[in-house]
Amino acid sequence: MLLTVQDIHKSYATADGPFAVLRGIDLTLGAGETLALTGESGSGKSTLLHLIGGLDTPDRGQIIINGSDIAALDDNGRAHLRRGTVGVVFQQFNLIPSLKVADNIAFQARLANQYDPAWTATLTDRMGLTSQLGKYPEQLSGGQQQRVAIARTLAPKPRLVLADEPTGNLDEGTAAIVMDLMLELVRETGAGLLMVTHSAALAARLGRRLHLRAGQVA
Amino acid sequence: MTRATLQALLSHWWRNPLQLFTLLAGLALATALWSGVQAVNAEARASYRAAAATLGEGQYDRLGRRDGQPMDQATYITLRRAGWLVSPVVQGRLNGVRIVGIDPLTAPAGIGPVRLTQGADIADFLVGNGPLFANAATAGRLPDLQITITPDIAPGSAITDIGAAQRLLGKPGQIDSLIVAPVQPRERPDLADIAPQLVRQSAQGGSDIGRLTDSFHLNLTAFGLLSFAVGIFIVNGAIGLAFEQRRPVVRTLRALGLPLRRLIVLMAAELMFFALIAGGVGVMLGYVIAALLLPDVAATLRGLYGADVSGTLQLRPVWWLSGLAIALGGTAIAASGALWKMSRMPLLASAQPRALAMAAGQGAVMQGAAAALLLVIALILALTADGLIAGFALLGALLIGAALALPIILDRVLAATSARAKSITAQWFWADTRQQLPGLSLALMALLLAMAANVGVSTMVSSFRLTFTAFLDQRLASELYVSAQDATQAQAIIAYATPRVDAVLPIQSVETQIAGLQTEVFGARDHRTYRDNWTFLNAAPDLWDTTFAGQTILINEQLSRRANLRIGDTVPLQSQTLTIAGVYGDYGNPIGQALISEDLFAGLYPTVTPQRFGLRMDRSKVGDFVTRMAADIGIPASQTINQAGIKAFSLGVFDRTFTVTTALNVLTLAVAGFAILMSLLTLASMRVPQLAPAWAMGMTRAQLGRLELLRAVLLAMLTASLALPLGLGLAWALLAVVNVAAFGWQLPMYLFPADYARLGLFALIAAALAALWPAWRLARTPPADLLKVFSNER
Repeated sequence: MLLTVQDIHKSYATADGPFAVLRGIDLTLGAGETLALTGESGSGKSTLLHLIGGLDTPDRGQIIINGSDIAALDDNGRAHLRRGTVGVVFQQFNLIPSLKVADNIAFQARLANQYDPAWTATLTDRMGLTSQLGKYPEQLSGGQQQRVAIARTLAPKPRLVLADEPTGNLDEGTAAIVMDLMLELVRETGAGLLMVTHSAALAARLGRRLHLRAGQVA
Repeated sequence: MTRATLQALLSHWWRNPLQLFTLLAGLALATALWSGVQAVNAEARASYRAAAATLGEGQYDRLGRRDGQPMDQATYITLRRAGWLVSPVVQGRLNGVRIVGIDPLTAPAGIGPVRLTQGADIADFLVGNGPLFANAATAGRLPDLQITITPDIAPGSAITDIGAAQRLLGKPGQIDSLIVAPVQPRERPDLADIAPQLVRQSAQGGSDIGRLTDSFHLNLTAFGLLSFAVGIFIVNGAIGLAFEQRRPVVRTLRALGLPLRRLIVLMAAELMFFALIAGGVGVMLGYVIAALLLPDVAATLRGLYGADVSGTLQLRPVWWLSGLAIALGGTAIAASGALWKMSRMPLLASAQPRALAMAAGQGAVMQGAAAALLLVIALILALTADGLIAGFALLGALLIGAALALPIILDRVLAATSARAKSITAQWFWADTRQQLPGLSLALMALLLAMAANVGVSTMVSSFRLTFTAFLDQRLASELYVSAQDATQAQAIIAYATPRVDAVLPIQSVETQIAGLQTEVFGARDHRTYRDNWTFLNAAPDLWDTTFAGQTILINEQLSRRANLRIGDTVPLQSQTLTIAGVYGDYGNPIGQALISEDLFAGLYPTVTPQRFGLRMDRSKVGDFVTRMAADIGIPASQTINQAGIKAFSLGVFDRTFTVTTALNVLTLAVAGFAILMSLLTLASMRVPQLAPAWAMGMTRAQLGRLELLRAVLLAMLTASLALPLGLGLAWALLAVVNVAAFGWQLPMYLFPADYARLGLFALIAAALAALWPAWRLARTPPADLLKVFSNER
C-alpha cells in the first residue's frame, strides 16, 4: 500500500483550550489510485493533507508512506519525503515569484536531484506552457500559474500527489482544463492522488471519495 | 539542492535590485565611515609607535638636567665610569625635522633604525660619518644630506650617530639626555652623589604622545562607531524587509522539501557573500575618506599635541582585514534577528509579509519595555558612573534606549495629533502617517542617532574650543615669551627687558611627586597677570594672597581628581606642608601640575633658575622689541614666541579640527538621509494598495505625492526635536563622565542654539531630498497600477 493512515488525531490550542481538528482518521491509498477528500470548512481536510504531506505532525496515530512512518521522522526526514516521494499542489499556487516559469517548473525536481529535462519538456508542452517559459509568475493568469504549480509537482515524478483544492482559485472553465491535465498526467505516472475539494463534481471524477465531518470519517 | 535553492534565493535580489542596492550601499557606507576613521587612527598610532620604537620614548627612564639644559660629555663619562649603564642622546631641529643622535654601542636593544641594529652600516655610523636614517617624506625635507631611507623611522624624525648629530645641530660636546638601561649593576653610587644636577624621569612620564592624543582619537572612534551603528540600522532594515518579503518563498521552499537548517545556512551564506562585497567596497571608500581627512588630522595632531603623523596613508593588512571583519560582523548582527525568527517560524505560519506590522502588538510592547529598561539603566549610570566602562555603558544604554523608544513616542504623538485633526484629509493624513511608522522606524532611528551624534560631538568640540581659547587667554597672557639658552643669557634678558617692559615673569618648573603622582611644580611671580586671568574650578578666598605669601598651593584638576585632593587638604612639598587653595582646569595635560610662589620655589629648589620668561608689554610694541633685543643683546627672534602668533596658530589648528568633525557630521547625516530614501523607495511598492482608495475617492496623484513629501519632513522634524535632548545628553555623558574617566579632566558644557537650529534645518532638507524622488514617483503612478488594487487578481 502506498499510503496508510491509522487513527490520526490532531488538536490546536485556542483561547478556549485545545480544539480537536482530527479525531481518529483511517484511510488507505494504493499506487495509481485517486481519492477525493470532501467535507465542510473546518472538517479537518486540509489539516489531514498537511499531516500526510509532512508539513505538520500528528498528536497521535501513524501515517505510513511507502512503508515508513512519517510521524517518526525528524524535520530533515520529512523534508526528504516532501522533496522526492510526495508532491503537493496548493490552492494558492505558491510559485517562487522571482524565478521564471521554466525555473519554477524545474525547481522541485532539481531540489530532489531528480531533474529529467525530457520529462520536464513533456510536462511543459502538455500543460501548454511552452510559450510562457521566459515569463515571471506575476505575468501569468491564475489558470496558467496553477498549471505551472502542477508541472512543478509532477516534474520529480512523486509516488504520491496531494492536492489542496487545486482549482479553488480558478473559474469553472479553467478549472476543468487544469483538472483534466492533472488527472491525465497522474494516471500516466502511476502515482496515487489524494485531493481535497469542495466540489462534488470534481470528487465524482476520482476513484474514491472520503467525506469528513467534525474531524471524523462520516 | 544547494544550487537550486541559491538560485531561488538570489533571484529575489535580482528582481528587487533597489533592495539589494540598499543592503550593499548601507553596509558599504557603514564600513567606509568606520574603516576610514580607523585608518586615520591606525596611521596616527603607527606614527607614535614608530617614534616610541625608534627613540625608546615611554620605554626607558631618562636622566636630564633639572634646569632642562644640555649636559656636558664629562657628566656622561663620570656616570659610565661609576657603573651606570646609560646611553647619550642629543636632539634638535633642522629644517623642521627632529634630528636625534644616539650612540648605537651603548643604546638599549631596539633603539635606532632597524638596519643599524642589524649591523649593516655600523662602521660608518661609529666614526660619525654615517648617514641619517629617515623615512622618504622626511628625507625630502633634508635635500642636502645623505639619507638612508628607512620606513620604520617616525615621520618628521631622522636618526644618526651622536657625533654627526652634534655637528649638524651645532651642539658640540653637548648631550640632552641619557637613556637608562632597564638592568643596572647593583653596586653603583647614587645619582645624587655623582651627578646631583641630573634628575631621573620615569618612562611613564609626559612624553607618551599616545596618551595626549587619546582624547582626539576617542572622539573620532566614537564618531566612526555611531556612523557604523547608523549604517547597521540601514542594513538591518533592508535585511528585515527582504526576509519579510521572502516569507512566502521560504514557506514554499520548505514545503517543497528544503530542510530548515540548510535554508538558514544558505541564507546566512548569501548575506555573508554580500557583506564581503559591500565590505570590500566600504574599505575602498574608507581609504578615500581617510586619505581626504588625514592631512587635516595630521595637522591637528601636530598643532595641538606636537605629534608628528604621516600625512600619507598606507594600506595596512590589519586595517582592511578589520574593515571586512566589521562588515561581516555587522551583517551578522543585523541578520541574526531575522534568521532567529525564521528558525522559529512554523512551516505552516502565515506567509503574508508583516513588515508594516512590526511595531504592532507584542513586538511594540517588548520594544517599549526594552527601551524603558535601557533608559532607566542610563539614568542610574548617569548618577553613579565614574569609570570608562561605565561611561561607555551609559552612552550605549542612552542611545539604544532612545532609538528603541522613538517609534513608540512618535506613534503616541501622531495618535494625539490625529485625534485633534478637523478635516477628513488631515485625519486620513495623520492616520496614514501612523500606519507608515513601522516601515520607516528604522530609518528614523538612524536619523535620530545621526543627529544626536552631531549635536553631541559638535557640542563637545565647540565646548572644548571655547574652553581652550579661554584657557589660552589664561595661560598665554604675556604678550611675548623669550627663552634663554643658558643662565648667562637669562640674566642678560632680565637686565635688558626689565626697564623696557611692564613686567618680566619668570617661568620655572621642576618635576616631582605629589601624593605619589608625577607633578610639574611651577614657581610664579606675584603679578596681576595671574590674578586677572586665571579662573578656577574650585577656589578658597584670597587664594592669590595666600599663595604668593608662600602659605598655599594651587593644583590642576588632574592632580585633584587622581589623588582625591580638595581645597583645604594639605600636601607635603620638599620640607614644606602646603594647603591647597585652588583647583584650576588644565586641558590636554596628562600629568599633575601645581603652582607655588616664586620665593617659595626658589627656597625649595635653589638649583633651578628660570630660563624662560613671559614679558608683559603693549601688544603693538612686540615687533619692535624683538628686533631691538636681537640687535642689542643678540637674542634671535627664533628664541621668542609672540602670543598673538600662538593664538592665531591654535585657532588655525582648531579650524582644521573642525574640518574633520564637520566632514564626519555631513557624512553621518548623509547616511541617515540615504536610510530615509531607501526606506521610502522600498516601501513605495507597498504604498500603492494603501493610497489607491484615497485616490479612488477623489484625491489627485499630485496631492498624494505632496502629502508623501510633507510626511517625511514632519517625521524628520519630530525626530529632530527628540534628537536634540538626546544629543545634549550624549554631550554631557562625553564631557562629564567619559572625558573625566579617560583623561582626568572635565570640560564645561556650553550650548550652541544656532548650530542646533542649522543642524535641524539640514536634517529637514535631507529628509525632504530623500522623499522627493519617491513622492515624484508616486505622483506619476499610472492609474492602471492604482486600478489593479481593486481587481480580483490582487
